[in-house]
Parts: sequence; C-alpha cells; structure tokens
Amino acid sequence: MSTTPLIVARGLVKRFGSFTAVDGIDVEVHRGESFGFLGPNGAGKSSTMRMIGCVSPRTDGELRIFDMDPATQGKQIRARIGVVPQADQLDEQLTVQDNLMLYGRYFDLPRAECRRRAAELLEFVQLTDRATSKIEPLSGGMKRRVTIARSLVNEPELLLLDEPTTGLDPQARHVLWDRLYRLKQRGVTLVLTTHYMDEAEQLCDRLVVMDGGRIVAEGSPRSLIEQHSTREVLELRYPAGTNEERAPDVAGIGDRSEVLPDRVLIYAHDGEAALAEVHARGSRPESALVRRSSLEDVFLRLTGRSLVD
Amino acid sequence: MMTLAELPLRILPPAVLAARRPHRMLERQWIVNRRGGWMIVLTGFFEPLFYLLSIRIGFGGLVGDVTDGGRTMPYAEFVAPALFASSAMNGSIYEATNIFFKLKYEKTYDAVLATPMTSGDVALGEMLYATFRGALYSVAFLITMWALGMTASIWAIAMLPVAMLVSFAFSAVAIAGTTYMRTWADFEYVPSLMLPMFLFSATFYPLSSYGDWQWVVQLSPLYHGVAVVRGLNQGEWAWSYLAHVSVLVAMALWGLSVTARRIDHLLLK
Ligand SMILES: Nc1ncnc2c1ncn2[C@@H]1O[C@H](COP(=O)(O)OP(=O)(O)O)[C@@H](O)[C@H]1O
Ligand SMILES: [Mg+2]
Repeated sequence: MSTTPLIVARGLVKRFGSFTAVDGIDVEVHRGESFGFLGPNGAGKSSTMRMIGCVSPRTDGELRIFDMDPATQGKQIRARIGVVPQADQLDEQLTVQDNLMLYGRYFDLPRAECRRRAAELLEFVQLTDRATSKIEPLSGGMKRRVTIARSLVNEPELLLLDEPTTGLDPQARHVLWDRLYRLKQRGVTLVLTTHYMDEAEQLCDRLVVMDGGRIVAEGSPRSLIEQHSTREVLELRYPAGTNEERAPDVAGIGDRSEVLPDRVLIYAHDGEAALAEVHARGSRPESALVRRSSLEDVFLRLTGRSLVD
Repeated sequence: MMTLAELPLRILPPAVLAARRPHRMLERQWIVNRRGGWMIVLTGFFEPLFYLLSIRIGFGGLVGDVTDGGRTMPYAEFVAPALFASSAMNGSIYEATNIFFKLKYEKTYDAVLATPMTSGDVALGEMLYATFRGALYSVAFLITMWALGMTASIWAIAMLPVAMLVSFAFSAVAIAGTTYMRTWADFEYVPSLMLPMFLFSATFYPLSSYGDWQWVVQLSPLYHGVAVVRGLNQGEWAWSYLAHVSVLVAMALWGLSVTARRIDHLLLK
C-alpha cells in the first residue's frame, strides 16, 4: 500500500476578493484515517472542504489529493471521492432512489450497477421504505442520510463530510454517527468538519482546530486535551449576573480558571479536590459540576471563545 | 496556420472541450419527465396547430400570393416556414427559464459538478435537451404544415435539422443570458427582445419589403433560420444557406462557451 498521504495541503489559501477565508493551512490526511476540521462558523472549514473536493479553485499554496493536482486533474480526483456538502444539494425533482441512481450515472456506472448500489445503500442508511419518496417531504435527518448514501455510490476511497449532523436532533445525530462509524471500520478515509466537540471526539482519530482561516492546534482529541487542558474541569454557577463578581473568591484554585458570562470554569487535575477548596473558602455557588475536559475547553483555551455561539 | 476545423477549439473554453458526459443531463431530464413531465412537452404540440389553422383559415384567403427572392408562392407557404423557425426559437427560450430555476433556486448543478461532470457537460447537456424538446415541437409543426397543405416540396423534410440548429443556437444564447439574470424580474426584458425578432425577421413579409432597412432584419438571428427553412420548403438549395447557417453555428458556439464559463464562475467559486 502506498504511503503517500491522500491529502497534502501546504500554505493553502482561499480568498474571496480581498477577504481571506483560508489563510495558509498545512494538512496531511492518510489512508484509513478519520480526520476532522473543528471550528466555529466562519472558520473556513467549508472553503477548505470545497477546495479538497475540487469544486473551488485554490487561491494560493499547494494542494494534492491522491497525489494529483485539483487544478488540472479535478475530474479524476472527483471520480474517487464522495462528498456530503453542507447543504445537501439533493435533486429535488427526483425521488430518493433516482437521486442515487442518477448520481451513479454521473460516474459512468452501468445502469444495473447503479440500481444494485442504490438499493444496497438505501438499506445501509435505513431508508429502503422511502426509496420512491420525493426529497421534499423527508426530515432533515433523512435528507442527510440520503446525501450520505449518494456520496457512497461511487465507492469512494475518500469521503468528505461538511457538518454531517448540524441542525439534526440528538437521535438523528446518533443514527448518523453509527453509520459513519461503520464506514470508518470498513476502511473508508473520512474527512469531516464540525463545530460539535462531541462529534469530533466520537469520530476523529486526528483533528485540527481552525479559527479565522488558520489552524490553531492539531492532534488526536485525547492529545489535544492533554496538551491544552487539565484532566478535569469544575464548573461553578453563581446567581445570574454575578459570575464575574464572584470569580476572585475562587482565584488560584486549580491550574487556571475561565470566567464566562454564565459560569466560572476551574481547570484542575482533580475536580472534587478543587470543589472542596471552593467550599473551604466559604464560596457558595448555586451549582457545581465536575466533568472531564473536552475539546470545547481546548478551543476556549486557544481562542478565548466558545465553539458554539 | 489555423484551419477552419481548429477554429471551434480556439473559441471554446477547456470546460467545453473536456465535456464527455453531456448526455447524462439528458438522462436526468428523461427521469424527471418520466414521472409526468412529458405532458408539458405535449402541450407544445397545440401551439403550432392553432397558429397554422389561423393562417389557413384567415390570412391565406386575404393576402393571396407573395413574391420572395424572385419566386412566387401562396402566402401560407411563405409564412408557415417562418412560424416553424420561430416556434423552434420560442421552445428553446422557454427552456432557458427552467435553467434559471435549476441554477439559482434548486441548485441542481452544484452536486452534479462534485462528480466527474464538468460545467461543459452541464451547459452542453442542457442545450441538447432544449434542442430535443424544440425538435419534438418542430416535428409536430412540420406534420401539421404538411397536413394543411403548406409544404411545397419533399425537401421540406430538410427543415427539421435546420430547426434543430435554430433551437440549439437560441437555447445556447438564451441560457448564456440566463446565467446573468439575478431575479425573475430580469426575465421581463425577454419579450421585448423576442417580440420584435418574431415580427421583423422577414416572418410575415419578404425581406425586399424592408427597403433600405434590410440590414436591420439581417441582424436578427432568427432571420437566418427563416431564410433557410423558407427556401427549403420550396425545394430550393442555395449557397447563401452556408452564410445563414454559419451565423447560427457562431451563436451556438458563443452561447455554449459563455454558459460553461458562467457556470464555472457562479458555482465553482
Ligand atoms: N463564496 C463566497 N464569497 C465570499 N465570502 C465567502 C464565500 N464563501 C465563504 N465566504 C466567507 O468565508 C468565511 C469562511 O466561510 P466558510 O468556509 O463557509 O466557513 P465555515 O464552513 O467554517 O463556517 C466566512 O466568513 C464566509 O462568509
Ligand atoms: Mg461551513
């Protein structure tokens, strides 16, 4: 098996007019890996995904997919990838099944093969009973699953998922995660963007944290947390509007603290011990919660802002 | 030195030259129409029937014979081929509004371009469908003309390929124009271009009747289609057809290359 990475970006830049959406990023994605771009709205995730998907020319820098150049070999690259765009972009004039079959035809698959794969993929995304439905009446989660099925029609080596579960209810998200997890187990290389840290933690072997078009950190979810946060976090909530005021009472407890409008976060290896000290100082928060550090904390640490606004 | 055969290669952008799968857009349309869409196409058959009947019953008797380019013919034989060419033009321009819908609202092409399909495939494919739809109307029109005794020669059959070229050329230019439209309101300008073209392309009276203003008529692309089908209906072959056909071919190539470039510009940002 070749060891050339599936995706190599060096100093990759995307500008829209004078606005820089992607500001010189370096990324490598290897075969079989699950790779994530984690970042808030406007970080430049979709712009990056579109350049990788060969539907948006890069402004500057280097980009190679399957060791090919998107600028000159876009067609060959697109033949080997599957794309789940942020907006589903399903063909509203066609049924679910016809969406899949026609998509296969765009890849020059024989009609019988398209039919076979469409049936198989509808089974995979659990939509067999909606095969002859139009797109419009489907729920957001169902449309997303159709889009995922569509992206698999050409049996891609690389699957690009732009915010696969944004806007879906928790149950629909779990169904999708389960399907994506199965794909990962089958060895499909996944590249996804998300602004949900739980999604990144669930699905990504490795990720980059993006903010304002730049990469601010890179690593596995676990190593990012280890590097940029403590093992545990103590969340204190004081009566509304007084968090800022109360913060000095607990200053110096744990490794460091963050004061947010609705709570005070204390980063400590041992959250319970930190809470004991808060109580020992006579501070009485309305509620206190000890939890493990997450990527949310990493993002907060790196950018001073929350991921989801 | 550049030969004539190389000329299109110079004009057409790489996206068009790289087009290998335009027929997939026809396939798509086939699937869409399979579920009832053909009815819309069928309604197009009635339009020529009404047109031709009105001429057969009305004008024919009032106007008598017309002399055009040294040949005298009944008015019905004079005007029917012109309506035939106009109908080929109309059909393809209507189809262009569907393209606007797919481009701006349904975003049909965004997902298509994420596959090995190119903007050239999309542009060429949609023009071929518009042409195909126009060709269905043209066949119906020609059969109606023949049934009403408005064809003058067996060569009238050769009007069909010309109608297809007219369809293709007008759909190419109309779709190209569509890519510049921002809202439906922009379509309100379309009739103000089409109506004068319909009326003043030597449609209802011969070119000679325009006197010193003949050159204006010759600027109308529809005129070039009308001139050829009118001659063919009379069974006449002339070298001048080459010039007329060249105008239509040039329109087609121009529209095609502009459309492909615009789709790239609009969707592959
Ligand atoms: N076609 C475009 N024209 C102009 N600006 C754009 C365009 N697409 C995206 N942007 C801008 O680039 C920035 C990054 O956008 P995007 O890549 O969609 O971010 P994300 O997917 O991380 O939310 C945003 O500020 C957005 O407004
Ligand atoms: Mg996005």
